[in-house]
Amino acid sequence: MTTQPSSPSTAARAVDLTKIYGKDDTQVVALGGVTVEFTAGAYTAIMGPSGSGKSTLMHCMAALDSSTSGQVFVGDTELSKLGDKELTRLRRDKIGFIFQAFNLIPTLTAKENITLPLDIAGRDVDKEWFDTVIATVGLADRLSHKPNQLSGGQQQRVACARALVSQPEIIFADEPTGNLDSRSGTEVLSFLRRSVREFGQTIVMVTHDPNAAAYSDRVLFLADGLIVDEMTDPTAEKVLERMKGFDAVGQQA
Amino acid sequence: MIRATLKSLAARKLRLAMSAFAIVLGVAFVAGSYVFTDTIDRTFDDIFGGLSSDVVVRPDLPGETDIFAGFATGTTTTISSDLVDDVADLPGVERADGEIENQSFFVLDTDGDVMTSQGAPGIAVNWHDGPAADGDPVLRLVDGDLPAGPGEVALDDRTFERSGYRIGDEVEFVSTGDEPRLTAELVGVVRFGEGGSLAGASLSVFETRYAQELFVGGDDAYNRISVTAADGASAEEVRDEISAILPDDFEALTGAEVDEETASAIEEGLGFFNTFLLVFAAIALFVGVFLILNTFSILVAQRSQEMALFRALGAGRRQVTRSVLLEALVVGVVGSTLGLLLGLGVAQLLKTVFGAFGLELAGGLVLLPRTVVVAYVVGIVVTMIAAYVPARRASRVPPIAAMRDDVVATESSRRWHLWIGGALTLLGAAAMATGLFADVDDAALMVGAGIFAVFIGVALLAPVLATPVLRVVAGWYPKAFGTVGRLARENALRNPRRTAATASALMIGMALVTAISIIGASANATVDRALDDGVRAQFVVSNAVGQPFSPSIAEAASQVDGVDEVVPVRVSGGVVDGDQTFLQAFDPVAYGRAADLPMVEGSDDLSGGGFLIGEQQAESEGLSVGDTVRLQLPGSDEEIELIGIYGQSPLLSGGVIVSTQTLEDGAVPALDSLLYVIADDGADLATVHEGLDEVTAEIPTVTVQDQEEYKESSRDQVNQLLYLVYALLGLAVLIAVLGIVNTLALSVMERTREVGLLRAVGLSRRQLRRTIRLESIAIAVLGAVLGVALGLIFGVSLQRAIADDGLDQLSVPGGQLIVFVVLAAVIGVLAAVWPARRAAKLDVLRAITTE
Ligand SMILES: Nc1ncnc2c1ncn2[C@@H]1O[C@H](COP(=O)(O)OP(=O)(O)O)[C@@H](O)[C@H]1O
Ligand SMILES: [Mg+2]
Repeated sequence: MTTQPSSPSTAARAVDLTKIYGKDDTQVVALGGVTVEFTAGAYTAIMGPSGSGKSTLMHCMAALDSSTSGQVFVGDTELSKLGDKELTRLRRDKIGFIFQAFNLIPTLTAKENITLPLDIAGRDVDKEWFDTVIATVGLADRLSHKPNQLSGGQQQRVACARALVSQPEIIFADEPTGNLDSRSGTEVLSFLRRSVREFGQTIVMVTHDPNAAAYSDRVLFLADGLIVDEMTDPTAEKVLERMKGFDAVGQQA
Repeated sequence: MIRATLKSLAARKLRLAMSAFAIVLGVAFVAGSYVFTDTIDRTFDDIFGGLSSDVVVRPDLPGETDIFAGFATGTTTTISSDLVDDVADLPGVERADGEIENQSFFVLDTDGDVMTSQGAPGIAVNWHDGPAADGDPVLRLVDGDLPAGPGEVALDDRTFERSGYRIGDEVEFVSTGDEPRLTAELVGVVRFGEGGSLAGASLSVFETRYAQELFVGGDDAYNRISVTAADGASAEEVRDEISAILPDDFEALTGAEVDEETASAIEEGLGFFNTFLLVFAAIALFVGVFLILNTFSILVAQRSQEMALFRALGAGRRQVTRSVLLEALVVGVVGSTLGLLLGLGVAQLLKTVFGAFGLELAGGLVLLPRTVVVAYVVGIVVTMIAAYVPARRASRVPPIAAMRDDVVATESSRRWHLWIGGALTLLGAAAMATGLFADVDDAALMVGAGIFAVFIGVALLAPVLATPVLRVVAGWYPKAFGTVGRLARENALRNPRRTAATASALMIGMALVTAISIIGASANATVDRALDDGVRAQFVVSNAVGQPFSPSIAEAASQVDGVDEVVPVRVSGGVVDGDQTFLQAFDPVAYGRAADLPMVEGSDDLSGGGFLIGEQQAESEGLSVGDTVRLQLPGSDEEIELIGIYGQSPLLSGGVIVSTQTLEDGAVPALDSLLYVIADDGADLATVHEGLDEVTAEIPTVTVQDQEEYKESSRDQVNQLLYLVYALLGLAVLIAVLGIVNTLALSVMERTREVGLLRAVGLSRRQLRRTIRLESIAIAVLGAVLGVALGLIFGVSLQRAIADDGLDQLSVPGGQLIVFVVLAAVIGVLAAVWPARRAAKLDVLRAITTE
């Protein structure tokens, strides 16, 4: 039994996490026993070839999907024991999300989208913190716009602001720059970087772009549902180099 | 790939099933109406078809159809037995049987209650064994003996079975004769025709001499002769042979002619009922069209990306349109088929309900080819039209839209909506105004047509009206419900056209309900006012079954202690200047003491004959005092003079008034329909009431009511009618509810990713359900508000239009209207149950990652 409390500096962790889709001969092992910790106040990138289980890991960690076996902790809370109500509350209060696309409710303004998790929870918006976040993402003059009046980059920045404004314990981002041109992507990435450095936010980001990974503190490499390597203080070149190695291994196998 | 295809197909199937459901309901109502009325027709054909003898001789009544039978008063003219013998002696005649028939002779069951259901006649006849035209006897003895003399009776088997009597028992009857109450020993049971069904009527059979005593004043006379032709003689020949020897006021008809006359009279009566059902079928369909149209619009909008892709791959516009129409055709065929089946179910249900009320319909349901054709034509055509509009719109989706994320259907068609909607509304309003304020003949028709136009017009304008109304209806949501409320409000507002189209169905139902309730309340108010202001008589004596009663009651009532005066009122049909007319007969001077009868011109003394007429009627007929009209009654044909014109009078709708003597001279049986009883000054009303009760106790169907009771009972009648109409309109509302369910469910599907996102960032299932519920309430209340507003205008206009026909009090049941709106909100809650549950069940992850 691995039920000992997480060390204070761990925002979320997984122990021997497996996720298997389908049954019998159509079985797909998306995660084959992953044990990993995400340190509070750190910016972690998850990389790996397509189909390696990055999204699955993120969904299981973020209380969006259930695991087949193993344990997931967000803070001190173990997820597998929770029902839908508790999971919903956990997502609302402790987790922030940034998806690749379709992050915003089209009928709400940018401002309403940003405060959505707080409004749902019935929590007051911390005005000072809100202004800080808005200033950081640079959206002050766009707050009353509806999503369809915003560019893709602006929409992703609104999504980032939404994830930040409720001050969650951890933010999960699944390829947040996947749909953006490189300039908008850079804006979003540097914004995420700043939120870690300046506000001590914990961020886990899935990406397949070595340049994006270079913004992080630590990179985890996933292949065939297992963590096969990790790298601290990455640069785009080093990540690219490592990726090539996996491809080669993958081709040999 | 296959999985994805199957999945999308399954999702589509559900959507198609929902749109098919609208067609099913609409068609079911149409088919059900036809099947039911055809079944009634068949029942009556069975009962009356082929039951007449070869030739029938009867008194010649004026008018085309037998209007006099409608008042169950008939004629006192009889046929002497000498004439029967003369007819029997003719060479072409095998036999001639004198017949006696009375239609107001009711059997009481062992509990003392009248056995026939409301409106059905209680028939009494004399026994004879003459055959019908087909050679079979009309009546057959199935048990016991034939009545052989005074005090003996045989009953038809259906009545016998329900009555609780056994052979040998004393059976009780009430009649309109001088002896209102009678008992006779039950000696036998007879069967009428083949099946024995009399459609709710009862049949009592007496020996001829005794029947003559009871019904024709003891003379050796008859009401009718049934003639059987000799071998080799045709009915037509025999008819002509008889006609040659008949006195002027009698006629001879072949059995086929009589049957045809009976059938057309019944058809006319049923035609009203049929029309009534079909009007509601039309409303159901009209509402259904909105539902179908709406559903297809959404379906096509959701698929416009797919269609744009087709277009990008080189499919022509027409191909895209055709594919949608093909789909509509399939849905239409399936929907019509199911609707037809459901319609049979509806007809069966109606039949059962009628059976429970005593109107038994023998045999199975009648499904004519015509019904099948109408069901399919209606179902398919409506669906194709409903699909064509969105299909055309879809074909206009530019191929480039395939690449875009969210496709908004082109807005251009919205403009013609507005133009046509505006034009129709204005035209309709103009027609209504013309009907109301200008001097035209068919005011009510004008107003009705105007209402219909305004209906469609406003439905087309609804998208424009929807936004401001929704801002009010759902405006308070964010304040009261926070984010959930804001989401609900925005969802209701995001596609006003869709919201409006969804609400339109409910709007129509609500408008009709509101208009009808205003008419009902006005009718009640009119009666109340009439009684309060214009009636001085403290009591009204009337017959609950709607049958007239013997004048002996009026006589007895006038002897009751504390009764000052009794004013009897009689009614009859008559032919005035060639038109069939409803006549009332009373002494206007006495009537003036019981109720208001202000004379405008001339005299109100009818003791020397003549007639009175209402002010408005006189004007529209161009009559003034001193003019004469030709009045034909069963036994008279004479010119009578207009001697007076009366003004607005409660309880009189301005029609022709003659003296009772005039009716009696015209051979209309002396029967009262209503008595006004005026009590002595200072008499104790409770005692008088009791005294009158005693007098009428003999006849259970005749009741004494004071003003309050009379108001109550006429209110009950109005309300019963209202409830019936409400029940039928309930169906329109049901379809409207389904429309809301449909739209919400489709919207939820459309917003799957949005739902996923909301759930991901922490919206609980409960909050999600509430969001959808609030949206649903907004749609329902929008429909209700528009509907009640329209209904108010319609109801008030209709009341104004028919104010001159007697409905002169306007009453708007405000409390009721508020209840309607509240009910609409409840409907909204109910409509949201299923879509909300579906949305809440969505798997969060799958919803986010869905395409
Ligand atoms: N809902 C699902 N059902 C079946 N297999 C799935 C499902 N989701 C993902 N998979 C499989 O699990 C593996 C990991 O998927 P994913 O985590 O989405 O990979 P990545 O995000 O790294 O590209 C893949 O082989 C994928 O095909
Ligand atoms: Mg992925």
